[in-house]
Amino acid sequence: MIKTDVLIIGAGPTGLFCAHQLGIIGLTCEIVDNLDKAGGQCIELYPDKPIYDIPAIPECTGEELTNNLLKQIKPFNFNFHLNQRVEELKKVEKRWHVKTNDNKEFDVASIVIAGGVGSFEPRKFSVKECEKFEGNSLFYSIKDKTIFKDKTISIFGGGDSALDWAIELSNTSNVNLIHRRDGFSGMESSVLKVKELNDQGKINLYTKYQLDSVSGKDKIDSVKIKHDEGKIKEIKSDYILGFFGLIMQLGPILDWGLNIDKKKVEVNTENFETNINGIFAIGDICSYPGKLKLILSGFHEGALAARGCFKYAKPNEKLRFEFTTTSKAAQERLGIKND
Amino acid sequence: MPKITYNTHDNQTHTINVQNGLTVMEGAIQNDIPGIDADCGGGMSCATCHVYVNEEWLNKLPEKEDGEEDMLDMAFEPKKNSRLSCQLIVSDTLDGLVVNIPSKQG
Repeated sequence: MIKTDVLIIGAGPTGLFCAHQLGIIGLTCEIVDNLDKAGGQCIELYPDKPIYDIPAIPECTGEELTNNLLKQIKPFNFNFHLNQRVEELKKVEKRWHVKTNDNKEFDVASIVIAGGVGSFEPRKFSVKECEKFEGNSLFYSIKDKTIFKDKTISIFGGGDSALDWAIELSNTSNVNLIHRRDGFSGMESSVLKVKELNDQGKINLYTKYQLDSVSGKDKIDSVKIKHDEGKIKEIKSDYILGFFGLIMQLGPILDWGLNIDKKKVEVNTENFETNINGIFAIGDICSYPGKLKLILSGFHEGALAARGCFKYAKPNEKLRFEFTTTSKAAQERLGIKND
Repeated sequence: MPKITYNTHDNQTHTINVQNGLTVMEGAIQNDIPGIDADCGGGMSCATCHVYVNEEWLNKLPEKEDGEEDMLDMAFEPKKNSRLSCQLIVSDTLDGLVVNIPSKQG
């Protein structure tokens, strides 16, 4: 069990800046995120796209913003727990115990939910029977590529993951690549490579086709794919891989007893606390009259929520408002040496 | 104000006056029309405001920008008449537009 003042759920820009604000006022925190890296939507949805409305930063990309926020909280040495999602919440006397799907447990005075629109999960096939084969012969990510050796793999999708895996697996497997249109969203060089491999007979490329049905007993043995014009083709397949990017799902937080309206957690605007004492929500996931889904709003919400966390972490102390320009304590926490 | 008709998957029809300049997505969100999630808030980066446009409207809509077709690859059951409703800006020329909302957004 990891004991700290605050658990931040979500390592997007809002969660990261809230961690900074906690550090400045002398609180500690741990940060959990379901992605394999910090940055949230900035890093997952638009790492290369420019952002123009961060105060005093005329232009930066999602990746640059994330890197700068990480640099800003580096002095505090807060721990990240990536690739995991919070599951269970339990009130134990005046504190909260939170458990992740990786069985990590936290004992905290308060919780800040900075979960964006939810945790990122792979988008799945719409064909119903696919569920039955998920994890045995149908996958949305690859953990062990050796299982595909000498097998027939049908890969669906037109982005970088689909193209990269089609190229990679074509060395050791018989690969079908199926995509809904002639154009691809993946890198031009990968598209050219796939077309070259298709010409050499090393990949079978089917464009303007989508998955129609799958069949097999315990494992998949074939798939039917349907052309835009209606024609159906059956292809033998030992495995199916689907790469349709990620979608955000609110997940277990829904069952925590929070007031939720249209997938958003209701908060007050004084300190962004929810209907449950000690649980705060900031950023895209929170809702209040006038809410703007901007990163800058998330920063403001995080600053106030951090102060709201103080009374739970240090009930016998009073928080004094200070500026980082003049506060010795804040500068010490930032590791700045004053002579 | 232009009228936009949203047919939801449960065969309900909602015809709404949507202000010029708003997107078809915003018209749905502001009027509580179910089935459009718009997770990213209109940034063409999530494909959860996916709609099917009625055939007769397909050619009257502004062309897709580069990124829209790429995002539609991620959408739930994309078809030829798929569009992201955050990219359809309402104007007088869209008066009477009919869009059908898919059964799911992801």
